Amino acid sequence: MERKEWPLWEIFVRSKNGLDHKHCGSVHATDARMALQVARDVYTRRQEGVSIWAVKASDIVASDPDAKPELFDPAEDKIYRHPTFYKLPDEVDHM
Amino acid sequence: MGATAMTSTNPAHLEYVLRLGDAALIHGQRLSEWCGQAPVLEEDLALANMALDFVGQARMLLSHAGTLEGKGRDEDTLAFLRHEGQYRNPTLCEMPNTDFAHTMIKGFLLGSFNLLMWSRLCGSSDKALAAIAAKSLKEARYHAEHTGDWVIRLGDGTEESHRRAQAALDMLWPYTNELFAANPTDDAAAAAGVGPAWSDLAEDWEKAVLPVLKHATLTVPARTPFQTYGKFGRHSEHLGHLLAVMQHLPRSFPGATW
Repeated sequence: MERKEWPLWEIFVRSKNGLDHKHCGSVHATDARMALQVARDVYTRRQEGVSIWAVKASDIVASDPDAKPELFDPAEDKIYRHPTFYKLPDEVDHM
Repeated sequence: MGATAMTSTNPAHLEYVLRLGDAALIHGQRLSEWCGQAPVLEEDLALANMALDFVGQARMLLSHAGTLEGKGRDEDTLAFLRHEGQYRNPTLCEMPNTDFAHTMIKGFLLGSFNLLMWSRLCGSSDKALAAIAAKSLKEARYHAEHTGDWVIRLGDGTEESHRRAQAALDMLWPYTNELFAANPTDDAAAAAGVGPAWSDLAEDWEKAVLPVLKHATLTVPARTPFQTYGKFGRHSEHLGHLLAVMQHLPRSFPGATW
C-alpha cells in the first residue's frame, strides 16, 4: 500500500542569540506553521533554543555522495590553505 | 501555621480558584491519555507538552487553593484525594478523547476560553493568581494557536477529517453553554476583583472561535437550552472513570515518591 507521508522538514535551532542556527533533526508536517510548531515541541522542550528555522527537505540541494572524489579529495594535498603557516601576533593567536 | 494570613474568608474566592485548578487538571489528564497513542510522533510530543502545561497550571492553582482554604491540604491532596462530586471543572474538560478531532476541537474551544481568562486574570486582585495567569497566558497562546490550526486543517481537509471534526463540534458545542452560565460564585468573585464572571467572556470567546470554525468550513450548531453542571460538582459519567485511573496510584500507595 502506498504510504502518504507528510512532507519532511529539516530543523535548525539557534541555542542563543549570537550563535548560528544548527541542524538538529527533522520533522514531518503538513505545512510551514505546523513544522515550526512541532519543531518547537520536539526540539526545544528543554530550553534548547531561542529561534527555529524549518526548511523543506525537498528544497535542500545536496552534493552527490558518489562525487566525493572529485569534489573533496583534491583539497587533501593543499595543506597550505590552512592558515597555520602564518605567524600571528599574540593578540590574535586564538584564531 | 503562618499561612493563616493568606487564607481567604471569601468562599467564592476559593471556589473560583479551585474551578480553574480542576479545569486545568482534568483537561491535562485527558490530554495525557494521548501519550504514545497520537497519530504521529510529532503530535504525540505536542499533546504531551500541552498536557504538562495544564498539569503545571493545576499544580500552581491547587497549591494556591490549598493556601486560601487554610486547612493544610496541598496540591496532591486536592488533586488525588477528593471524590468526584468535589471536583469543580466544567463538564467539557472531562469529555472523552473519542478521536483526534474531538481532542483538537475540545482543545480549541477550551484553549480560546483560557486565553481570554488568563488575560483578564493578569489583573486579579489576588496577586498570586495574577502571577499564575501571567505564566499561563504564554502557554495558552500556544495551545489556542496549535489547536486552532488543527481545527482548520481537519475541518477544511479531507472528507473524513471534515466529517470527524463536524461530529466532534456537534457533540461538544452544547457543553460550552456551561462555561458561560451565570452563577453566584462568579458574581462574588467578580465583585471582589478576583476575576471576571465567566459569562462576561462569552462575547469575546465567540468572536475568537467563530471565524476559525468558519474558516474550517464547519457548521456551528444552534444554541440549545442544554446545560451541564460540572462547575458545581455534578459531573457526567466520564469523570469517575478518569479519576479511577488518575487516583489509583496515590490511593494504593499513599505518599509514594519516585
